[in-house]
Amino acid sequence: MSWVTTCSVPAKEVTVSQYKVVHYINQFFGQIGGEEMADYPAEKRPGPIGPGLAFTQALGEDAAITATIVCGDSWFNENLELARQTVLDMVREEAPDLFIAGPAFNAGRYGVACGSIADAVQSELGIPAVTGMYVENPGADMFREKVYTIATGDNAAGMRRVVPAMASLGLKLVRGEDIGASVEEGYLPNGIRKNFFDQKRGSLRAIEMLLNKLKDKPFVTEYPMPVYDRVEAGPAIKDLSRATIAIVTSGGIVPKGNPDRIESSSATRYGSYHIAGVDDLTSDKYETAHGGYDPVYANQDADRVVPVDVLRQYEKEGKIGKLHDWFYSTVGNGTSVANSKRFAVEIAEKLLAQGVDAVIMTST
Amino acid sequence: MKLELGYIDIRGIRFDDYMAIEDGILVVNPKELAEAVLADPLIKSARLEIANPGESIRITPVKDVIEPRVKVEGPGGIFPGMISKVDTVGSGKTHVLRGMAVVTVGRIVGFQEGIIDMTGPGAAYTPFSKLHNLVLVMEPVEGIAPHDYEKAARMAGLQLAVTIGELARNLEPDETEVFKTPRISESFDAILRGLPRVGYVMMLQSQGLLHDTYVYGVDAKRTLSTLIRPTELMDGAIVSGNCVSACDKNTTYHHLNNPVVRDLLKEHGKTLNFVGMIITNETVYLSDKVRSSDWTAEMAEYLPFDGAIISQEGFGNPDTDLIMNCTKLEKKGIKTVVITDEYAGQDGKSQSLADADELVDAVVSTGNANMPILLPPMERVIGMLDYIDKIAGGHDGSLRPDGSIEAELQVITGATNELGYNLLSAR
Repeated sequence: MSWVTTCSVPAKEVTVSQYKVVHYINQFFGQIGGEEMADYPAEKRPGPIGPGLAFTQALGEDAAITATIVCGDSWFNENLELARQTVLDMVREEAPDLFIAGPAFNAGRYGVACGSIADAVQSELGIPAVTGMYVENPGADMFREKVYTIATGDNAAGMRRVVPAMASLGLKLVRGEDIGASVEEGYLPNGIRKNFFDQKRGSLRAIEMLLNKLKDKPFVTEYPMPVYDRVEAGPAIKDLSRATIAIVTSGGIVPKGNPDRIESSSATRYGSYHIAGVDDLTSDKYETAHGGYDPVYANQDADRVVPVDVLRQYEKEGKIGKLHDWFYSTVGNGTSVANSKRFAVEIAEKLLAQGVDAVIMTST
Repeated sequence: MKLELGYIDIRGIRFDDYMAIEDGILVVNPKELAEAVLADPLIKSARLEIANPGESIRITPVKDVIEPRVKVEGPGGIFPGMISKVDTVGSGKTHVLRGMAVVTVGRIVGFQEGIIDMTGPGAAYTPFSKLHNLVLVMEPVEGIAPHDYEKAARMAGLQLAVTIGELARNLEPDETEVFKTPRISESFDAILRGLPRVGYVMMLQSQGLLHDTYVYGVDAKRTLSTLIRPTELMDGAIVSGNCVSACDKNTTYHHLNNPVVRDLLKEHGKTLNFVGMIITNETVYLSDKVRSSDWTAEMAEYLPFDGAIISQEGFGNPDTDLIMNCTKLEKKGIKTVVITDEYAGQDGKSQSLADADELVDAVVSTGNANMPILLPPMERVIGMLDYIDKIAGGHDGSLRPDGSIEAELQVITGATNELGYNLLSAR
């Protein structure tokens, strides 16, 4: 069977206040052909084509598709560098406000192409982008954290439901509006947790989820467990008597008055405190800023969290070479993993530059 | 055990020189109530204030929220082992002053007390903005030890709630509801046989000052995991002695109105067989964590449960207890759903829990507590604003010169409650 016509509708007259949209589709939706035309090189056409007509309707008065880029799935995936450059140039020419790719449903190469080009348009041209595909499309896992990806069913029968969701999210992005939680807007969870008010309270949702789980019915967890990266411990210090040991703590010990204003929870900073000549942390000079444990005992004697007294003793006895002149401190109460990683990288670099051999880390 | 709750709906509160409930209006004598609080020599000053839904009022720092109730029939009294004498509660009849709460406020004991806004964007995040609140503002004596202050404030609040509750003793309830918790032997009745055997594991915060929970007056730190009949909670068998981040602290109000208990009792005999409830603690010692979670898992297998809902209280350190409880039950073939909030950072990109395991595959999220929120200034503050920058969720500069507050959702009392009390979630 051969495709008889290439059907395209002349572009709507774009008014000045309308947003310009470029739409990316494959050879099938571009009405070029089926699998046999998958090596069709990227081509730019004016106005909307195929599903672009549905988008035109969904976008309403606020936006119009000024150009459609039709590209064969094989051509894109087998000529990645060239394809990226070619399509980016086409998009650059159009200077749109929004880029829409797909939806690709469960077509794997199409999904990878959509995710990949949408990501490139966002990062290289700074233009917001939206795509759509089935959760099991390989493109979904690869790009859902980089590009908003509306969740679709596994075949094009879902087009009517998917297009308005993609259009609506696209318009929000262009207008700089607040993007809601994944279930509210319909996109695949992208690793950014967003709050929203659900229909039923948590206890009810828990019971419903449990009943489904007990009956071996499908259920969707509201928080997928992360997979941890485990860090290998470094080799043991062979001769402690020559080693410089530093103390790093998330127990929040700070000079009295908390001069660096480290927060009692969700810390955004850490401090470094000079202890050369200090044998003992006393309650008149040190306190804890940590809001997640009983502060009474730490305030009485900060050595309980940052053991300067014992380490100074060891230093004098020759058990360790030296207690490092600085200890590093932050508050580990609800402090985000991202911030913790950032502190760790900075502190580690400083300790290495300062010739520290080992660190005793204390937390609470 | 069968308990009938009789609800007396409170539509407002007013001050006068006598005390009564008249047509849904609670009338109290603030001088008399304050004098009763001042009987404790550790409290220097006390006064009562009223906050109604919709008023431009900010209540802070909030220690606890308590619903006044009174036992009218059956053994024991409200808050056994704390205010009333020790006696097993949870059966007979109890009257509830629905639509109001006692809120205790005063200089903070530690770091993590909360804010209740009665109107504005903050009001949507706390259930307490919808209640008529009788606020007790206290000041402790100079030089008081934090432990003693916490206890004094706690007892004052619970006693006040009991005193107010007493006013409802002889009233005719506007509505009644009956709860029955069957014996274990009854859970094997033919009529329940086709239904899955479901249990509830409730984790109690028990980490130290400002982080304690009391069961019949016993500090939960010192308890072994045990069974409790769900209706015992409705008479105040469990009370809060803790103020971990205001957003996920279980106030005494939450304990009295535990939504998992209520929803499971509602479904009992219909979609599930609510076999029993286990309470277990969350301490800071590894050996306790191991012991408590082992004990919980053994009991769950013994009863047995086919499935269990596990709720935690707090975050960070107790995430380890949560994962232990969940994985140990799963390894015994008991299917679990966990209810927890998240600390995913202000941008929502951080790992939400401090611990994880692939066996924890069914989670209900009650929201990201790190979400930034801007609370506009209120016309009136009940309590004091000095501590906003220090309370968990606040930062240097949280309290702006115009009285508005830029902080995390953490600061709002009850916002991400992990019993699943609210509609808030995150995805």
